[in-house]
Formats: sequence, C-alpha cells, structure tokens
Amino acid sequence: MSRFIPVRETILAAAILVLMFLIASRFPGFVAPSNLANVFNDTSPLIILALGQMVVILTRCIDLSVAANLALTGMAVAMINVAMPGLPIPVIIAIAILTGSFMGAINGILVWKLAIPPIVVTLGTMTIFRGIIFLISDGKWVNSHEMSPAFTGFPRAELLGLPVLSWIAVATVLIFAVMMSRTPLGRSIFAVGGNPHAAVYTGINVGKTQFLAFVISGALAGLTGYLWVARYAVAYVDIAGGFELEVVAACVIGGISIAGGIGSVGGAVLGAIFLGVVKNALPVVNISPFWQLAISGSAILIAVAFNARAGRTKGRIILKSAEKPVGATP
Amino acid sequence: MTTLSAPSSPVVSMDMITKTFPGVKALDEVKLDLFPGQVTALVGENGAGKSTTVKILTGIYHPDGGTVRIDGDPAVFASPNDAADAGITAIHQETVLFDELSVAENIYIGHAPRTRFGLIDTAKIHRAATDLLDEIGAPFSSHTQLRDLGIANKHLVAIARALSVDARVVIMDEPTAALSHKEIEELYDLVETLKSQGKAILFISHKFDEIFRIADRYTVFRDGAFVGDGLISDIDEDALVKMMVGRAVDHIFPDRDPVVGEDVLQVVGYDHPTEFADIGFSLKRGEILGFYGLVGAGRSEFMQALFGITKPSKGVTKMNGEIRTIRSPADAVKNGIVYVPEDRGKQGAIIGLPIFQNITLPSLRRTSNHGFLRLAEEFKLARDYAERLDLRAASLDQDVGNLSGGNQQKVVIAKWLATRPQVIILDEPTKGIDIGSKAAVHEFMAELAVQGLSVIMVSSEIPEVIGMSDRVIVMRDGRIAAELAGDELSPETLVRHAAGITMSAESVPA
Repeated sequence: MSRFIPVRETILAAAILVLMFLIASRFPGFVAPSNLANVFNDTSPLIILALGQMVVILTRCIDLSVAANLALTGMAVAMINVAMPGLPIPVIIAIAILTGSFMGAINGILVWKLAIPPIVVTLGTMTIFRGIIFLISDGKWVNSHEMSPAFTGFPRAELLGLPVLSWIAVATVLIFAVMMSRTPLGRSIFAVGGNPHAAVYTGINVGKTQFLAFVISGALAGLTGYLWVARYAVAYVDIAGGFELEVVAACVIGGISIAGGIGSVGGAVLGAIFLGVVKNALPVVNISPFWQLAISGSAILIAVAFNARAGRTKGRIILKSAEKPVGATP
Repeated sequence: MTTLSAPSSPVVSMDMITKTFPGVKALDEVKLDLFPGQVTALVGENGAGKSTTVKILTGIYHPDGGTVRIDGDPAVFASPNDAADAGITAIHQETVLFDELSVAENIYIGHAPRTRFGLIDTAKIHRAATDLLDEIGAPFSSHTQLRDLGIANKHLVAIARALSVDARVVIMDEPTAALSHKEIEELYDLVETLKSQGKAILFISHKFDEIFRIADRYTVFRDGAFVGDGLISDIDEDALVKMMVGRAVDHIFPDRDPVVGEDVLQVVGYDHPTEFADIGFSLKRGEILGFYGLVGAGRSEFMQALFGITKPSKGVTKMNGEIRTIRSPADAVKNGIVYVPEDRGKQGAIIGLPIFQNITLPSLRRTSNHGFLRLAEEFKLARDYAERLDLRAASLDQDVGNLSGGNQQKVVIAKWLATRPQVIILDEPTKGIDIGSKAAVHEFMAELAVQGLSVIMVSSEIPEVIGMSDRVIVMRDGRIAAELAGDELSPETLVRHAAGITMSAESVPA
C-alpha cells in the first residue's frame, strides 16, 4: 500500500497545510481561493523547472544552468518578438522549447561524451549562457512597450478561472507523472540513478539517459523562459538570477535524493509549492524577505536530515517468519 | 615434518584460528607459523581463507577463536595499529599509499620524526628515507612524487615503509601479479635481502614457479581449513597441487545427460589490445560451458566484451549460425545473450526500484504498448518468474533493497530469464554464498540447461567447474590455455593449465 500513499510526500503536504493554517490563523485572507490561485500561479515557473531538475537529479546529475538557460531563451524570444511582432505565439513557444532543449543538449553531450562532472559542465554553461545574453542584447533591456500584446498577454490569459501559466504547470505535472511511471524512459531514469552499473548490464545506455534528462530540463527551462519574460514583460541579462538554487532546493525539500534514483513527481511539486507558500506568506505576515533565505535553508536541512533518517531505519527482512510467499501480492 | 630444521621458534604463530562470517566459515581452526629469516608460502585456491588470514594478522579482522602469538606470547590486535606496533606489515596487491605525497612522506606518514615545534622534520625524513631506499636498491629519490612511480617501484616504497617501522614480519599478498619479468627478478632479490635481515616473510601467490623459487616453507589451506605445512625442499609441485585441490567432493552436483544439441553460439577470434587475444569457442544448446582460470586471467574481461560492454575489442559472434553485431549490452540482450555479473551488489539489483520493476527492466519493450508501460502486464511477467524462482517477498511492490541477499539474487536472475535468453553468462554464480544456497543455484543452473538454455559459467571454484560443466575452457594470461571435457576434467589438470605448469608424464590425461 505504501506505493499509493507515499510517506514522504504525505508529511510534506501536511507541513504545507500546517504552515497555511498558521498563517490563516492571523491573516485569513491568505487562504482565500483567489489568493491561493495567485500563490500557485506565482509558483508555476518553479514547479515546471523543479520537474526538469528532478529528472536530472534522478540520474545522478545536476543542472545549474536552468536559470541562465531560462534567461537566454527569454531574451531570444523577446528579441524575436520585437523583430517579428506578427509571429504567432505557438511558434514562439516552439522556438523557446527548441532553444532550451538545444542548450540542455549541450550540457548532456558534455556529460555523456566527455564524461565531465555535471556540476562543472553546468556551472560553465551557466556562465556562458549569461554571457551570450549580454552579447546578443548589448546589455540592453527589452521592455514591455516593445513586446506585442499577444506575446505578453498569453501567460496571463484566463481559462476556467486560472491563468494559462498555471494551466501549463498543471499540464507539465500530468505529463511528467505519466512519463515517470508509465514509459520506458521514466523507468530508465530511475534505474540509471539507482544503480548505474546494473543499468548498463540491463541494456540501458546510462550516458544517453543522462543526456535525455538534460534535454528535458533544458526544454522546460526554455518554455519557462518565454513564460517568465512574457509574464513580467521585461527581458534583461540578470532575470531569474540565482533561481537555479531555488529549483534545486525545491527538489531536495521534495525528497529527491541528491544521490540519484529516489524521488517522485509529487515530491518535486510539493517541494516547489512549499517554497512558494513561504515566499508569498512572508510579506503578508510582515517578515523581511531576507528571512525567506533562512527559512528555505532550514527547510532544506530538515528535509535532508529527515530523508537520511528514513533511509537508515529501513530494515531488511531476514527472519523467515517475516516473509510471505509472492502469492500475497495485491 | 613440520619440526624439521626450524632455525628458531616462530615470530608469529597462529593457532586454532577461527573466523566466521554470516553463513560462511572463512577459517576453521587453522594454524600458520612464520619463522625469522624464512619465506613461508601460503597456498590455496580462491576462497581457501588466505585473505582472511592476512586481515587477521594485520588487525583488520578479529578472530572468533584461537590465538595469535608473537614470540610465544598471546597477542590481541584490536586495530591495525596494534598489528603494526607488533612489527607486522603487509604489502598488498594494490599498494595502499598516497599518490599526492612524496616517497619520503609515504614512508614516514603516521610515524614521522618531529622537530621541537611539533612539525614534521622534513630534512630528517628525507635523510632516513634515502638510507632505506639505498638499502633496498631503489632507483629513485625520496623526493619523487609517488604518482610518478610504477607499480614495482611503489612496492619498493611499501617495503621501505615496512623497514622504517622496523617490521619483523612482512606479508606479501600476490606482489608479482602486476609486475613485468624483470621487476619480478628484482623483487626476488629484495626478498632475499629481507630474509638476510632476519625478517619473517609470508608470501601469497598462485604461481607455482614463484613459490618453488623463493619460498622456504609452505602452508596449505583448503576451504578455510589447514591441510598441511612443511619445507619446500621436501615437496614437489604434484604433491602441492594435490594438497591444494584434492578433496572429497562434499556436495552432490545435479546429474544431467550429456548434450548433443546444435551450436547456439559461436565466437571466433576475439581480440582486445591489452586484455585478451584469440578467443574462440562454440556453445551447444543446453550445454554448460565452464570458464576456469586464475583471477586476472581475462575471463570476466572477455565476457564483458562478448556482452558489448568493453568497446575496443574485435571478433565475430554468431547466433545459430548467423553473424550478429553486438556493440552494446542492449544489442546482446536483443540477440538473446544475457550476463549475470559477478558483483551483484554493484551490478545486480537496482535498489530503490520495486521488485517487479527490477524484473521487467530489460523486458520493457514487451510490456509496453505504443511507448506506454502496462502495469498489469509487468506484474504478470514479474509474478511468473518470481514464482518460478520461489522468490520470498511480502509483495512484488516492495523495494528490492528490503530483501535478503539470496532473494535479491533471485530477482536478478528472474530479470534475465524474463528476457527469454538463449545464452546466459553467469560470472562466479556462487561466490560468497553459503553451501545451501550454492546447491540451490547449481540445481537451478542444471534445470535451465535441461530446458534448452545454454549456460556459460565463469567460476574460480574447481569443484563447481568440474561438477557442473559439460566442457571447460581454461584461460591463462588472456588466452585460452586448454579446452577440456569428460575424463580430462580433473582438479590437477585445471590447476596445471591455469597456472601454466608443464605436464609431468604420469598426470597427462589419456
């Protein structure tokens, strides 16, 4: 049964509920449906990126270039929009996803073919991507009045009471839930992170799986790049600066093992939502946003300590009496 | 026989030493005496208990019973430091030294002389190290970085280190395994030097020429038990081989009729630049083909090449007469070849995935439809094979990490059988498991062969090789040394071919 009610996710969800209850006890307006929808919408980019990061971390890698990828793609599509205001939004989104995937593929190739440690690769490409933004934009901003109304309006358009941005996050979560549990790729991603040596003997190409994980992460970073720039209606070199750490934090809080192989879509989403709630609640309860860093940091440490503990207490079945024949399978 | 001309009393004497690991008795009341100024060769097959003995002598393991005596007084080594203090030092196959430090620092690390400010007296350690290096004729300076030295020279550093702590007992665990011919000669000279200084030397080697060249005494272990000891001058190779392998077969191997099927797999001319050359053989349907050889003979390396893991190798693989290209493990699995690797902890089950997902991992193409996995199919496939192997688990949904070792192994085997292979390569299938499980694995292997699966069994255990195989290929130094079947299969012939001992007239098989 543990499969259907994962312990870690339940505890994290409970922690989020307790947090919201505490805030609501003094500021009931925070839990009003419209405000919760706002919080979710505000957290959507983090959710999308955390899912991409989750895939990468599951394969024992890390992608520190997501925020830079996001910023570069955002700048690229903003400039394309300025140059060709008539280009339809689906084409813009396709360009954003392809650009992001391409940058993810660069990370993936370096990790796969040159066997450079992922942290080094993505630290390098992170800096390079930021540098390229400066080169293509000359350090100038692309402001809202230069962008077409369709470009900036798309993520904010409402559909069934929620902005399109939120719906995209929901769709991404659903797609990833299916991908991770019901496709050979999802299974390979877990296998590669869980035991790369065994995965090789099973016929899984470990390097290629890691490559695909980086492409997926890049594609989502690209998609988020467009959504981010359009939502805030501005593009410049430093957008989403340092956001990669928040993305990694969401994964860690969500129980994605930094050693690979363990984690879930639900965990990544809840980790992101936890950070989103903290971030949105602090101004409401009148705490300096600087505390947000301390709170996120503490949450990470607590999550890691908790996960390490959970891993340790796992016992083995040695006593014959504790075993049952397989027939008892649900 | 043992009391002959022992020059004095032993420096180290192990008496009735027993060491048990869960499920395995590694040492059963063994004895071993080391005398000053003499080289004692410890001889035994893999699994005879040699490594455990070394680990007890160096304080890494603690014996469950028996006494270790130093100069006749009982000694207890609570830690490796205690053993070092007692003057016992070991030079390992993979020498344990620090690449980033200089030779002098490696020699004196842990016991470096200090200046009066408590800092390491660099001038002094270099002076002292230079003296030691001169003494053993090392061709490099004490300032050399260790990483710039080859293995032979690293051994010299280890020996210098042994001398620096005034070791009285030097353990050499297969010291020549990675050395060239010339380096081996230099090592022999050094062993002579150590002998002349009155050190007691324990020499572990599989190579008989080596043992007869430098050892003064021998001690033979078999399956963790003491078999005999004495002076090398009183024994010949034949007798030593017999002591090493000659045992009553204490375990009944399953009976099978000889196979007469057609060839399933043919391997022609497999070459690798550094690991093996000229490997070719064929395998019949339902046959068990044993691969025997000493550790490092290239058996696993070849199997990995056959399976598409080791890349720069050439050769032709034919399945049922047709040439198949195998460039990756995925190709191998697709062509009906699977590999159950030796280190199952590292290369077997995927901890973190539930049992059923472990079993279906290589068969996902069969359990999916238009790119989506069908969980019901997966469960069915997993349950079929789990039941066939009598897997004991609370549920197929549970994490494979919660299973006992034997059940984890069943999951790994179920995983491979679920791919419906034609050829299964089992690399050391019973290494490190207890007798009862061994019998179950053998039974199962025989059953697979009867059902028409062809098995390649890589094994270093002679009874297993002889008891299970229809035919045996012996590898030595990366090449096929012999192919044996029927009456040719005897422990003596296997050891001779594997160790490269020339045949004496009476033991050449008819």
